[in-house]
Amino acid sequence: MFGGATLLLYVTGMKFDTSGLESHGLLIGTNNELLSGLSTAPSFDIPSTTDFDGFQKEAIQMVKPAKGTTTLAFIFKEGVMVAADSRASMGGYISSQSVKKIIEINPYMLGTMAGGAADCQFWHRNLGIKCRLHELANKRRISVTGASKLLANILYNYRGMGLSVGTMIAGWDETGPGLYYVDSEGGRLKGMRFSVGSGSPYAYGVLDNGYRYDMSVEEAAELARRSIYHATFRDGASGGVASVYYVGPNGWKKLSGDDVAELHYNYYPVEQTVVEQVMAET
Amino acid sequence: MECVFGLVGKGFALVVADTSAVHSILLHKTNEDKIMVLDSHKLMGASGEAGDRAQFTEYIQKNVALYQFRNGIPLTTAAAANFTRGELATALRKNPYSVNILLAGYDKETGPSLYYIDYISTLHKVDKAAFGYGSYFSLSMMDRHYHCDMSLEEAVDLVDKCIIEIRSRLVIAPPNFVIKIVDQDGAREHAWRESIKDAPISAA
Repeated sequence: MFGGATLLLYVTGMKFDTSGLESHGLLIGTNNELLSGLSTAPSFDIPSTTDFDGFQKEAIQMVKPAKGTTTLAFIFKEGVMVAADSRASMGGYISSQSVKKIIEINPYMLGTMAGGAADCQFWHRNLGIKCRLHELANKRRISVTGASKLLANILYNYRGMGLSVGTMIAGWDETGPGLYYVDSEGGRLKGMRFSVGSGSPYAYGVLDNGYRYDMSVEEAAELARRSIYHATFRDGASGGVASVYYVGPNGWKKLSGDDVAELHYNYYPVEQTVVEQVMAET
Repeated sequence: MECVFGLVGKGFALVVADTSAVHSILLHKTNEDKIMVLDSHKLMGASGEAGDRAQFTEYIQKNVALYQFRNGIPLTTAAAANFTRGELATALRKNPYSVNILLAGYDKETGPSLYYIDYISTLHKVDKAAFGYGSYFSLSMMDRHYHCDMSLEEAVDLVDKCIIEIRSRLVIAPPNFVIKIVDQDGAREHAWRESIKDAPISAA
């Protein structure tokens, strides 16, 4: 086909433009300083690997937190706000959009689920049993510190055996609101705000920026909802429904459960654009 | 990226640690206290894997307390250090703890002392020591400027020099540090060196 075109152009007297076919010779590994200043195609150093696309993917996967979910919790003036998405994924397949990731340990304590669903559900249920036994044995409710320590000790014993749990224990006890992060490596951290899961870096950005200690319950709920929404927008492993729970002095209460797709159109409504050309009806 | 270092001065010992809790690229907390007060006159600064650090140091703390209850007198720093080393050694070939420890203490008879305890149960009594990536910068700094019987001002000044060096040269340097001191008046927090302030903890 090229031959035919060249023949045609040659016949008509035009010079066929073949500059696009010339190899630049700059793409792989040559010294750019020699040719700087000359007009050349922009180029960059490619890492020395045989599988470039796979290498890029691996690099991103390496830093991304492994647990495919977004959960967050933070303490503020009125109590603790806990929020999570509801997507379960198996590799690239979305197995469910309606998973309950906020687990009700007892009427004044919540746990969040990130990592293996079965592990989280089982061990939170187990923690609920231990908390109830503590109440019966000691005639008083267990503190959030105590409950999180129970869970952390259990998970520490199973360290290295393949449990995958990244959870936050949030509750209200005699000392006020409490929030702990506990994971299957045996780590336990006390803090004011945490986010766990593959979408957590995205959620942290929005959460850290909008956080103030003295927010009202509505403002805090909106911050939590917005942070989950933004994480689900960017992270493929998070999505479904953004649930928001509030833990106050009288226990926890579910505040909202909004589909993130609907939230998207609420926050960023589609604008009527000016129609430039109308197709005429013939 | 965890930095723990310490030194012995005239009548006191200092232990300094960074205060970041890190998971992969995420910084979960910037005010995590990694220097545990073992008893009234002992400090244990630890760095290592998340669960191991808290669990092992708490185990040592409770055993040191148990000894005091059982026998009516507290352990000396040397005894506590040797006990710690023994526990690490026993666990080493079964279920090793990945924790590096700097144990500082003050005894009435022998004064201040610092012990370096490795994750493979190495034990050394030292004047100055450091663990972690920060050790590459703080060890030479301390070798250059340390001398016997430093006053508190000189020692804190040296610690500040080390922290500045770590902050300026370490690629992902921890933002905040805590300095704890142990002397004849006991073990306590001396100061924080913060470049990022976390959200204030509520009074509750």
